[in-house]
Amino acid sequence: MSKISRRTFAVSSAAVAASAAFGLTPALAQAYPARPVTVIVPWGAGGGTDATARIVAALLEKDLGQPFNVVNRTGGSGVVGHTAIATAQPDGYTIGMLTVEISMMHWQGLTELAPKSYTPLALMNEDPPGIQVSSSSPYKTVKDLADAIKAAPPGKFKASGTGQGGIWHLALVGWMQAMGLPANQVAWVPSNGAAPAMQDLAAGGLDLTTCSVPEARAIIEAGKARSLAIMAPARNPIFKDVPTLKEAMGIAYATGAWRGIGAPKNLPPELATKLTAALKKVYDSAEFKDFMSNRGFGTVWDDAGQFGSFMDKGDAQMGEAMKAAGLSKA
Amino acid sequence: MLKTLIEAFALISTWEVIIAMFAASVYGLVIGSLPGLSATMATALLVPVTFYLSPIAAIATIVAASSMAIFSGDIPGALLRIPGTPASAAYADEAYAMTRKGQAELALGAGVWFSAVGGIAGVLSLMILAPPLAEIALSFSTFEYFWLALLGLMCATLVARSSPVKAIAGMFLGLLVSCIGIENPGGVPRFTFGLTDLFGGIEPIPALVGVFAVAQVMRAMLTPEPPPLPRRKFGSIMAGQWMLTKKYHWQMTRGNIVGIIIGVLPGAGADMAAWVSYAMSKRFSKEPEKFGTGHVEGLVEAGASNNASIASGWVPSLLFGIPGDTIAAIAIGVLYMKGLNPGPTLFTEKASSMYAIYLMFIIANILMIPLGIAMIRIAAYILLAPRSAIMPIIMLCCAVGSFAIGNNMFGVVTVAAFGIIGYVMEANGYPVAAMVLGIVMGTMVEQAFVTSLIKSDGSILPFFERPVAAILAAMAIGALLWPVMVWVWRKVKPVRTGAAATSR
Repeated sequence: MSKISRRTFAVSSAAVAASAAFGLTPALAQAYPARPVTVIVPWGAGGGTDATARIVAALLEKDLGQPFNVVNRTGGSGVVGHTAIATAQPDGYTIGMLTVEISMMHWQGLTELAPKSYTPLALMNEDPPGIQVSSSSPYKTVKDLADAIKAAPPGKFKASGTGQGGIWHLALVGWMQAMGLPANQVAWVPSNGAAPAMQDLAAGGLDLTTCSVPEARAIIEAGKARSLAIMAPARNPIFKDVPTLKEAMGIAYATGAWRGIGAPKNLPPELATKLTAALKKVYDSAEFKDFMSNRGFGTVWDDAGQFGSFMDKGDAQMGEAMKAAGLSKA
Repeated sequence: MLKTLIEAFALISTWEVIIAMFAASVYGLVIGSLPGLSATMATALLVPVTFYLSPIAAIATIVAASSMAIFSGDIPGALLRIPGTPASAAYADEAYAMTRKGQAELALGAGVWFSAVGGIAGVLSLMILAPPLAEIALSFSTFEYFWLALLGLMCATLVARSSPVKAIAGMFLGLLVSCIGIENPGGVPRFTFGLTDLFGGIEPIPALVGVFAVAQVMRAMLTPEPPPLPRRKFGSIMAGQWMLTKKYHWQMTRGNIVGIIIGVLPGAGADMAAWVSYAMSKRFSKEPEKFGTGHVEGLVEAGASNNASIASGWVPSLLFGIPGDTIAAIAIGVLYMKGLNPGPTLFTEKASSMYAIYLMFIIANILMIPLGIAMIRIAAYILLAPRSAIMPIIMLCCAVGSFAIGNNMFGVVTVAAFGIIGYVMEANGYPVAAMVLGIVMGTMVEQAFVTSLIKSDGSILPFFERPVAAILAAMAIGALLWPVMVWVWRKVKPVRTGAAATSR
C-alpha cells in the first residue's frame, strides 16, 4: 500500500518536474489530476454553500477519478476562506467555492480581494431575494406593500434577512432605488442570517424580510409568513405562485446571492478548460439537479468567460448599492 | 398513529442504522470526553460521513453523536476540572470538588443518569408538545431575547464561588472579548487590529478550551503533584442514583422543564440551560452554602436541564428550519441534504421518518447509560495515571481540536492566548467560568439590544410592552434588585433593634 502511494507520488512529482522543464504541455492537462484536489469552502459545514460544494466535489471525484476533498476554512465572514483560495498555488490542486461576498467585501474595505483575484471556472447557482411578510400582515401583494412604504415616513418600515451590508440588505437598497426612493426608506435591522430574521418576522418584530425564498420556505409552509415577490428575471419553478417584481410592479430590478467555482489567479488555461468541462458535466448530471431542486436552490450555468463578466457586472452593481447605502469605504 | 410507529420501527431496525448509531455513539462519547474537542465539532466532522449514508442512518449518527458528546463533556470536567463543552462549564468546579472528596462515581453517575432522564423528557416534549412549544419560540422577538440573555448573564454572579465583584469583572472581560470582530449589528470591524482572522471574532469554544484546559496544564507545571487520590476501584456508578432521583425529584423536574423551554428558543440552547438551571438550583436550594464544595444537587438539576434542551432544540429546527443551536444548524443541513426538508409537512407527509427520529433519540438516551458507564470506567484510569503523562496529552488534544475548528493556525493561537488569560485570572481569584459566560452571551445581548432599539426607533418602552417581555423584564430587574434589597434590609434591621434598645 505504502509502496504504491510512493510510486504515485514519484510519478506525479516527475510530471511536475517535466512541466517545469518543458513548460506546460497538453500532456499535463491529460494527466491532471494526478493527486487529490482540495476544494476550499469559506463557510461552515452544514450550510447551503458547504452542501453545494460537497455535492459538486463528489461528482467531480466520480468524473476525474481523484479525491476532491472539501475543506471548510471559516472565519472573518468569508474573508479567511476566500483569501486561502486566492493565495494557493495555481496548479489546479486547490480550487474553491466563490460566493457573492467576494464582490462586496472589498467595497467595505475588509479585504483587497475582488473577483479579479481569481481564475473563474464556472457559475453553478444563483438565488434571488424574495420579499416576505408575516401571515398577519395587511399587505397581500407586493404593490400594496410598496405603496404603503412610499406613503410612510423613511424608517417607519423595518426589514431584515442578514447582517448590516449583507447581500439581502443590498437587495432591499437596490429595490428602493429602483422605485426612486432613498436607500433608507426602509430601516434595516441586522440579524445573524435568514433563519433568525424569519423567526422575528413571525414573532411580529419586523415588517418584511428580503432573504431568498428557499431560506424562508419552512416558515412559509408553516403558514406563518408569505412571499409576495422575487427580485429575479423569471419565476422559480419550485415556488410557481410567487411573481417576479417585473410582473407585479413593472420594475426590472434583479439581483441574487450566487455560488461559483474558482481557482487562484493564473491557473494554466489547459487545466481551467478541463475543470470547466468537468463542472459542466456535473451541472448537467441528474444528481446535481435533483439535489439543488430538492433544497429549492436555483441552478444557473455560466462557463469561465461568462462567469468572469458576470462577476464584474455584479461587482459594479454592488459598489453602486453600497455607496447609496453609505456602506462603501472605497 | 400505531401504523406510523410500526413503520418508524421498520425504518430504524436495519443493520445500517443500528451500526451507524452504535458507531456514532462511541465516537460522540470519545470526542466529547477529550478535553479540547467539543460536541459541535463532533457533529461537524460527521457531515462528510452522512453523505454516504441513507437518510435515516445519517440523522441517526447526528442524534447519537450529539447526545453522547454533551454528556461526556462532563467526564473531563469532573475528573480534571476541564469541561468538555460550555454547558458543562457551569458545574465543572462542583463536579471536580466531588472527585476530590472521593465521590467521582456519584458525580459522573449523576451526570449519566440525569442526562439520560433529561434527554428522554426532552424527546417526550418533542413528541407531544412540538406545536405549542414552537408557538413559544415564535412569540420571542429581540425584546424578549434581550431580557433572557440578561438573565443568563446574571447567572455569573450566582454560580461563582468567589466574590461577586470578581465574578462581575470576569463577566465584563468576557463581554469585551465578544465585541471583537465584524459580527456585530453595525457590521463594523472592532478590535481586529487589521487581522483578517479576528474579523470572525472569538468563538466561545477556543476560549473555553484555553481558560480551562491550557490554564490547567500551566498550573500543573507550576504546582507540586497533589496528594494522589486513594487507589481504589470505582464503586457502583448507578448505585445511589435512584436515591438521588427520589431526594431531588423536584430539582430534576424543574431542570427538565427549564431545559425544554430554553432549548426551544433558537439561539439559546444547552449552554444557557445548564447555567440557568445551576443558578436556579443554588438560588432555591435549602442548603446553598454547600454549593461549590462538592454538592450533587446542582449537578442533578443542570445535567437534567442541558440534555433536555438538546431534544427540544430540534423543535424549531424541524418545524421552521430555525436552528436552536450550532448542532441543530448542522443537523438542518443534513436534513435538507437527505430530502427531509424541515417544515410542517415533515410531520404530516413524512410522519414515519419523524417518529423514527423520536425513536432514535429515545434509544440514544437509553444507550447512553451502558456506554456511559463503560466510558466512565475507562476514564477513571486517568485519576491513577501520573500527571506528567496526562498533561502533554491534554495539550495535544487542545492543539488538534483548536486547529480543526477552522482548519487554520489562528484557532491554536487563540487557545494559547486564552490559556494565559485564564491562568492569570485564576491565580488572582477571578472565576474564568464567568468570562466564558460573558463570551457566550455577549453577542446575543448586544444583537438583541441594538436591533430592538432600531425597531422601536430608539424608544425603550417596547422592552416592557410586550407581555412576555414584561414578565422577563420583571424577573431580570427583580434578580438585579434582590441582593440590594437584602443588603439594605440587613443594614436597616440592626439599626432598628438598636433604636428599640435606646428607647427602652
